[in-house]
Amino acid sequence: MSIKGKAFIAGVYEHPGRHLPDRTLPQIHADVALGALADAGLSTSDVDAYYSAGDAPGFGVLSMVDYLGLDCHYVNDTETGGSSYLVHAQHAATAIAAGHIDVALITLAGKPRTGGDAPGGSGRAGGAPEAPFESQWGMSVPGGYALAAQRHMHEFGTTSEQLAEIKVAASTHAQHNPQAFLQDVVSVDEVLESPMISDPLHRLDCCVITDGGGAMVIVSESVANRLTRHAIPILGTGSFVKSSQSGRIDLTHTGAVRSGPLAFAEAGVTPNDIDYVSVYDSFTITVLITLEDLGFCERGAGGQFVASGALRAPHGELPFNTDGGGLCNNHPANRGGMTKVIEAVRQLRNEAHTEVQVPDCELAVAHGTGGSLATRSASSTMVLGRSL
Amino acid sequence: MKLPAKAAQPNSENLPFFEGAEQGDLVLPRCNDCEFVIWFPREICPECGSQNVSWFKASGKGSIYSSTVTRRIPGGWSKVTPFVLAYVELDEGPRVMTNIVECDPEHVSIGDRVEAVFEEATNRDGESGPPLLRFRVTES
Repeated sequence: MSIKGKAFIAGVYEHPGRHLPDRTLPQIHADVALGALADAGLSTSDVDAYYSAGDAPGFGVLSMVDYLGLDCHYVNDTETGGSSYLVHAQHAATAIAAGHIDVALITLAGKPRTGGDAPGGSGRAGGAPEAPFESQWGMSVPGGYALAAQRHMHEFGTTSEQLAEIKVAASTHAQHNPQAFLQDVVSVDEVLESPMISDPLHRLDCCVITDGGGAMVIVSESVANRLTRHAIPILGTGSFVKSSQSGRIDLTHTGAVRSGPLAFAEAGVTPNDIDYVSVYDSFTITVLITLEDLGFCERGAGGQFVASGALRAPHGELPFNTDGGGLCNNHPANRGGMTKVIEAVRQLRNEAHTEVQVPDCELAVAHGTGGSLATRSASSTMVLGRSL
Repeated sequence: MKLPAKAAQPNSENLPFFEGAEQGDLVLPRCNDCEFVIWFPREICPECGSQNVSWFKASGKGSIYSSTVTRRIPGGWSKVTPFVLAYVELDEGPRVMTNIVECDPEHVSIGDRVEAVFEEATNRDGESGPPLLRFRVTES
């Protein structure tokens, strides 16, 4: 059974806030849930399935179903870090294709800018079997990704200037987004002159830290057909957990080498067919490696590919993250998967900002990466179409 | 500067690794069925799924697979920047996350040969615990 064409993204919503000290976490979940349902033309009474991850407070989906006043016979709290929401979308599409549900609501919310616990089931971390061998070395999040960047540079000659171009392209897009956390266009030199965090990653190689969230509503064909809003068909999905590879970790690729081909095959398309891509951008190196893994360029050639200006909208070879992405716009709850889907939907609806709208955008990819490239991570890829 | 040294809390599954560390030895698990050298230490072989595992004394030598100089970090580690976070590929195969110590951080490179050093570690109550497996460069 394939999910191709069985499920549709009928509503999306990105919280406009980037610093929300006066809203509770459940309130932000509610803000985005109601926003996405309104976008679809639906209400909470239509929802029969609810998904969230470690960012859902309290008892997770139980607490949130209760708080939002939902009647659900299908819930799921799969936790794969920042890619969770793409995995949820895949699971929702599967359940819709099986005829189990009609309207799935997926929410993300968090307040890392305000402070407080990071999402991700910190209560579980203490018992992780790997913890006694990984938690003693002062590995910050950037430090872990820096290890991947160093190895990629060593093997393929990738340069800091090439990585910086990814940030530059994101910033040229973000200047058109009035809600973007960072709206100033930056140059390669400005990236290289920003403080070094962990070699070779500078501050401007890192994503922003923002409060906020987002939501999407995924519906069956019968529901999509009675809505007036343009619903975006899900054409293909693929996910893969890349382990630490039995202690022989290769830091130069991600699980996208497996999730991407699954999603493209299900959709019946190739990377060459894609008009726009939302690539997970926790760090510039995340983008570069993922583009290689998804087959948008040859392995090891990511540096040259991005330096060619390929990522710049609207006329680059492969415009990416036209909202400014996690590098400039928003990385709510330290998780970028939801906003990746949202901007892909905007592009396919022809509702991105006119300066960055890709002409005749028919096929888009949204891709999420969760966990850490330095240890274990989960990749999830979704191919979306303007129409079936 | 001496890096923070938080002692791990061994459990019944990984205890032989930490008992080895107390003696200054790198002790690793190996699968008795497929001979795979297992990392991180556990009593299941991630290659073949066997729980038939025994422990052996490894060489403690390897080379740097990747390394980064961390210059900005929140919390206690901010007091010891710049420091080197690395993956060391042991001569027995596993790639092990660690720190490179007793070095000038600006002169640590991928490919450098290294050897294990076991550094004293203490738990939250200040009591000594199993030493930490770090590495120093022997040949760059």
